[in-house]
Amino acid sequence: MAEPVSVAAEYLAGSRARAARTVLGQVVLPGEELLLPEQEDAEGPGGAGERPLSLNAGARSRVRVVCGPGLRRCGDRLLVTKCGRLRHKEPGSGCGGGVYWVDSQQKRYVPVKGDHVIGIVTAKSGDIFKVDVGGSEPASLSYLSFEGATKRNRPNVQVGDLIYGQFVVANKDMEPEMVCIDSCGRANGMGVIGQDGLLFKVTLGLIRKLLAPDCEIIQEVGKLYPLEIVFGMNGRIWVKAKTIQQTLILANILEACEHMTSDQRKQIFSRLAES
Amino acid sequence: MKETPLSNCERRFLLRAIEEKKRLDGRQTYDYRNIRISFGTDYGCCMVELGKTRVLGQVSCELVSPKLNRATEGILFFNLELSQMAAPAFEPGRQSDLLVKLNRLLERCLRNSKCIDTESLCVVAGEKVWQIRVDLHLLNHDGNIIDAASIAAIVALCHFRRPDVSVQGDEITLYTPEERDPVPLSIHHMPICVSFAFFQQGTYLLVDPNEREERVMDGLLVIAMNKHREICTIQSSGGIMLLKDQVLRCSKIAGVKVAEITELILKALENDQKVRKEGGKFGFAESIANQRITAFKMEKAPIDTSDVEEKAEEIIAEAEPPSEVVSTPVLWTPGTAQIGEGVENSWGDLEDSEKEDDEGGGDEAIILDSIKMDTGVEVSDIGSQEMVFHHVGQAGLELLTSDAPIILSDSEEEEMIILEPDKNPKKIRTQTTSAKQEKAPSKKPVKRRKKKRAAN
Repeated sequence: MAEPVSVAAEYLAGSRARAARTVLGQVVLPGEELLLPEQEDAEGPGGAGERPLSLNAGARSRVRVVCGPGLRRCGDRLLVTKCGRLRHKEPGSGCGGGVYWVDSQQKRYVPVKGDHVIGIVTAKSGDIFKVDVGGSEPASLSYLSFEGATKRNRPNVQVGDLIYGQFVVANKDMEPEMVCIDSCGRANGMGVIGQDGLLFKVTLGLIRKLLAPDCEIIQEVGKLYPLEIVFGMNGRIWVKAKTIQQTLILANILEACEHMTSDQRKQIFSRLAES
Repeated sequence: MKETPLSNCERRFLLRAIEEKKRLDGRQTYDYRNIRISFGTDYGCCMVELGKTRVLGQVSCELVSPKLNRATEGILFFNLELSQMAAPAFEPGRQSDLLVKLNRLLERCLRNSKCIDTESLCVVAGEKVWQIRVDLHLLNHDGNIIDAASIAAIVALCHFRRPDVSVQGDEITLYTPEERDPVPLSIHHMPICVSFAFFQQGTYLLVDPNEREERVMDGLLVIAMNKHREICTIQSSGGIMLLKDQVLRCSKIAGVKVAEITELILKALENDQKVRKEGGKFGFAESIANQRITAFKMEKAPIDTSDVEEKAEEIIAEAEPPSEVVSTPVLWTPGTAQIGEGVENSWGDLEDSEKEDDEGGGDEAIILDSIKMDTGVEVSDIGSQEMVFHHVGQAGLELLTSDAPIILSDSEEEEMIILEPDKNPKKIRTQTTSAKQEKAPSKKPVKRRKKKRAAN
């Protein structure tokens, strides 16, 4: 078995790069290098190897590939920076090579621009609120970033309130800034979250799973009781149902969904639906 | 790091829930969380888990000169540390208030109650006495540190064995553990702290508050009691006014709880003693065998193991003996072993060395699990084997795959990731592989996707 031996030798040396599409859905570790499809075209069937960069771009069409979370561009390859499963999404409208990203699991949130999060107001100083979003720094939120807010008409926000907003500035060099308004000036569901209800924290992977389109869990939960629910990408969920008991049940179910298989979940839901 | 602030809606919700006698995790007002006591390989080392709050206790002893005004008594020293891993808010400089409060309470509970006979710690009056030192480390903070710490302290003290000493005239002989068995400390009684959290100016009370309940509570009452219903220490903090009958009621509840906890402690100590005497395995490594490295675990997961035994026996009968072991684990000290070189990354050698890599430890754990599977254990068993011991002998692998009803959850999909190559070792199993692979899919409702090497 010469192949694995050479694979092993090169893997140890760290110079081996694999084709991204062969690794889809598998676990990748930080430090691995991945080759994009266009780069393996010219190579033999024996496997990906080193290839000089061709200067004449006209020879093959350049495909625009988006490098998502957990991946970083390194030369003309992708470098994996987080451990998890490699995923790929085909481009919707034809052009472009789609998106590659690594599905990893963590509890600690790092602010990302465009993410919708639930924050807790910690301080009011002059014109801005300081909002704790679970990151290393509190985000700043101006009082004008609410729908219908003017200098005279200030929003009614107290310390300790919950805010659902999105980041407009979130990078490692500056303190994050968030707003409760979208680009058209409408609230679109953002703003201060109501007084009752329960806030709890889950892992980031669970949030992404729950926010995926056609999530079964949400549909099943919706059939149980009427409820209001807000998911923040920073791992915080706010849930409100008619009674305290129902709210507690929902909170416990959502926290437990992380560890349950779908069969166990269906069992629990059917038991709850009966009672 | 600064603590995450408590939002108004959480506070309101918690208080309303307490008014309706509902707790976040579904406990009743007077219920304790699950207490789990495990022991290390050394005498005097124990870990107590009260729900998610974890305290590690270690007792050690030393011969020193006694205090001048207490020439015939030994010295006791207690120390509780709040490790930074316990909560993000615990930083080296910032925990002083809480730390001082907890340490004082522990000292009063254990020292002033005279639960340990200090006279028996005297070796030569005025010259040499034993100094017993109890170190407690908080590893995870999920509320009610004081209860967990007091349980850990008393369990560690009961578990501890000091070296034997004999005095003949002027000669003092200190025997090593090999020469003479170490001697336990003489403990009169076991004081255990029980915490009561009060809300709404003393109207509602909860036993064993967890972290969120502690944040909204008005005041805390701690009663340290032993099973003979003697109160060793009582402390009320938070400045709430408590009525006499409230305190009496709390002491009655504490009596009941302490009796239960003392029983649990005695059982745990007895089990450990039995295992050590019979020469079985003990220590932290054994106590966490059931838990996996990844977090895919719930406390209880009902599984159908009705046909596990038959299936397992079938597989074992047909399986060939595991491949011979080339490298063996090196046992450094009891409880610490080394498998492999530890220098180079040997994961690259997956296909070649699957059979050569030893799983001496893995085989043991498989055996442990096969015994346990017969008694019906949680889902968690399987995963530990897959995630940690990926080089499993064929027999072991089949044992795992035979448990069809056990389905593990993956947060993303219904598939399990196995970090091992898909190629069965060709050297030994050529004739059985095809048979196994035919059988396997029918048995397993869960698809298994194995890691493929790109070179294929």
